[in-house]
Amino acid sequence: MTPPPLLRIETLSKNFRLGSRFRQGGVQILQALKNVSLDVYPGEVLGLVGESGCGKSTLGRCILRLYEIDSGRILFKNRDISRVGQRALRPLRAEMQMVFQDPYASLNPRRRIGDLIAEPLRVHGTLNEAGVQARLLELMELVNLAPDHLRRYPHEFSGGQRQRIGIARGLALSPSLIVADEPVSALDVSVQAQIINLFMDLQEKFGLTYVFIAHDLSVVRQIATRTAVMYLGGIVELGETDAVLHRPAHPYTAALISAVPELTLDEAKPRIMPQGEPPSPINPPPGCRFHTRCPFAQERCRAEIPALAPGADGRAVACHFPLA
Amino acid sequence: MPEPASASGAAPRAEGPWAEAFRKLRRDRTAMGAVLVLCLIVLACCAAPLYARYVSHTDPFQSNPAGQITIHGQSVDIMQTDSAGLGLGVNPIGPTWHGQYFLGADGQGRDVAARILYGGRNSLIIAFFSTIVTLVLAALVGTVAGFAGGWTDIILARLLDVLWAFPVYLLAISLSIVIISSGLQIGPINIPSNSLLIPIAIIGIVYVPYVARPIRGQVLSLSRSDFVLAARCLGVPGFRILSKDILPNVAPTLIVFAPLMMALNMLTESALSFLSIGVQPPAASWGTIIQDGEGLLYTQPMVAVAPGLAIVITVLALNFLGDGVRDALDPRAKLRVRKD
Repeated sequence: MTPPPLLRIETLSKNFRLGSRFRQGGVQILQALKNVSLDVYPGEVLGLVGESGCGKSTLGRCILRLYEIDSGRILFKNRDISRVGQRALRPLRAEMQMVFQDPYASLNPRRRIGDLIAEPLRVHGTLNEAGVQARLLELMELVNLAPDHLRRYPHEFSGGQRQRIGIARGLALSPSLIVADEPVSALDVSVQAQIINLFMDLQEKFGLTYVFIAHDLSVVRQIATRTAVMYLGGIVELGETDAVLHRPAHPYTAALISAVPELTLDEAKPRIMPQGEPPSPINPPPGCRFHTRCPFAQERCRAEIPALAPGADGRAVACHFPLA
Repeated sequence: MPEPASASGAAPRAEGPWAEAFRKLRRDRTAMGAVLVLCLIVLACCAAPLYARYVSHTDPFQSNPAGQITIHGQSVDIMQTDSAGLGLGVNPIGPTWHGQYFLGADGQGRDVAARILYGGRNSLIIAFFSTIVTLVLAALVGTVAGFAGGWTDIILARLLDVLWAFPVYLLAISLSIVIISSGLQIGPINIPSNSLLIPIAIIGIVYVPYVARPIRGQVLSLSRSDFVLAARCLGVPGFRILSKDILPNVAPTLIVFAPLMMALNMLTESALSFLSIGVQPPAASWGTIIQDGEGLLYTQPMVAVAPGLAIVITVLALNFLGDGVRDALDPRAKLRVRKD
């Protein structure tokens, strides 16, 4: 018996409009997300992987209502938040937070670290000034930063330190859900491990739930309990991280995994190579969106959209001819 | 400072961006020289009512065609008999290089040096306050347009485009002619046509698009930046985002614009005054004095040249200061080789 999901996404679609009616070419619709459904359970780390432009960051931002969605529903703790106004959304902000990819762009260069981290505390106004200061020190300790850093400005910190600041800010209101949008992809490899460990420590300490967006499979393997693989605005495979990474059922997942460079010079594994370039989300191919590049594509794939069919032990694959 | 300078450049001190910019500006010798020159000019002009009459011993706003002054014990006519010059059989006295009529007299026998000091007050006041008008309006329009987006942005941006479509001088001249001919009456407020408020408002307004457009662009890109997105995500209300995240990042642009706009406004004021549609007589400004000297260019060129020099020096100093401020506030200028 599975617990009720903390976050439920139902047939979420998001389009971006490009161009203008008054310019050459007119308005073009970019389908960033198409009919995405996903459950996130309390206490789990859901990895979200896929190549650039597959919509994984868009999905993260839609969850936090930083983008308006076009259709579908988002339920947080069983409450539909997909149509709630920004003002009414404010109390909910305390429960769901985001950690951004670029630790340089996500901190206002003209404010002190203390002000940046205290901003959510001051805005939500449940603490007096002494309480805010106490909470600040607590947060700095949680992310392993020195208390005297509170008086400094963002440009005085390294990428890893800035990401810690971003995490402290996200944690300030003690959220239950954190959407981490490629939080380590902008960092040095040596720093990546530290930040991932910090994420895991914090999860253990506070029972946090993460939606962890990444394009690096090794990052996902370290931290995610379940993994969803996205391709061109849709989820193509979902399951336990180990199962997905070791026995991929979708050809795209298999291609992603075989694209990871290996350090050993053992016998060369047969590589599954996607053919050509990813098609444009402005004009997605009919049928299975992967069929233009899939080495196993057949006639049925070109015509019929495969549903994300749930299988054994929580696996789900959107493919007419799954590999496993 | 007991703190040792760190070799990596990441100095272990909590210096804010403003303090850093100020420190850099103070090290900039050109900019500091410009500040000194500007201070001297402002002091000399603004304090003119306190000291000028003890030096010149005449009223610079009173024509004095029959007056005489004493130089080296000799009494000399201010308007000297001469067939050249004004074509009236007289020619004003040239520079005496003494306290009285230091730079000579103008066509009405008034002390040019004293008039330049008093005129400088008006020129500086108009340039300064019209700059404030420009910056305040531009900040308001640019920020609202860029932050609100949608129809507000479309309407405001088009309004700026309409204003921008007129050549600045043409617009300023037509507005001045209309308003100065009759004064301005808005409800109970009656602004006489010789009020300095008229050139201040006109010059201030015609340059608004010049500043508002870059501000709007900057606000537009700032409101899409990650840190504004982060603030939204934290539930920070829009007004607080504007005041804490956007305006502090726009402020450096406004500050860089300030001295440059003041220089531009001073030139515009002089041009309008030269055309008799800026400062109205008997009040003076550097522009009106140049106009006074126009007819005397061949006989007493100093009447036109001296205020012209005053304008050139002030505008140059403002531009040098503007460059220094820009360099000090530009974060990319950090890596520049130190000249000192």
